[in-house]
Amino acid sequence: MTEQTTRLVLPSHIEAVADAAAAVADFVKSCGLNEQAAFGVDMAVREAVTNAMVHGNQEDETKSVEVVSSCLENAVEIEISDQGEGFDPTSVPDPTDPANILKTSGRGIFLIRNFMDEVEWFARPEGGTTLRMVKRF
Amino acid sequence: MAELKILERQAGDITVLDMEGRITIGEGSVALRSAVRRLLEEGKKNILLNLAGVGYIDSSGIGELVSSYTAINKEGGQLKLLSLTQKLQDLLTITKLLTVFDAYDTEADALSNFK
Repeated sequence: MTEQTTRLVLPSHIEAVADAAAAVADFVKSCGLNEQAAFGVDMAVREAVTNAMVHGNQEDETKSVEVVSSCLENAVEIEISDQGEGFDPTSVPDPTDPANILKTSGRGIFLIRNFMDEVEWFARPEGGTTLRMVKRF
Repeated sequence: MAELKILERQAGDITVLDMEGRITIGEGSVALRSAVRRLLEEGKKNILLNLAGVGYIDSSGIGELVSSYTAINKEGGQLKLLSLTQKLQDLLTITKLLTVFDAYDTEADALSNFK
């Protein structure tokens, strides 16, 4: 393991999602995550960064998204922070419910929860929301 | 290079879209939406999406598949999926969308199941 933590700051435009995903993918590989787990992390990071840019920062390019990845003893931890107004994750309906199955959006958070072992959102005192997620080895 | 390359061919009255690349938020999702909407405008309502070359899809891409399915059904047509990669199959299983979409492993099977 060559590094313990990496930090990336991105402008809020969709093209930067791939940059974030690539950087985190390289990092988690260096942490020793296997390929299957790395796929889940990649999926979760893309969904989380997209949410932070689109729903958090409302694609305002003057606002940034910060991605901090850390190698823990038996896990990787990723924190994604936006500068938005915040949201209540419990307000997002279950996309697998028959009433919602044909909705064209609303699956991002469901996928994040599915692929990661720990997921939590918290509002920062200075403003903005941070999503903390952990994938265990 | 385009994020999603789409090649169109006809098999009787069924239009097959051979797709290669990624269906993700932005260019890939827009390319799929544009292709399906154009076919519907041309009156081509039976569409088979060959996803063998699609290595990655995100929630936006999944949403676009659902949107295509709904738009085609609304016009009285049918959308079917062909050659899902294991990862895509897993995603559609997790999201319970395999209960919505008709998905086939072989083109012959898929084509014979259009009504």
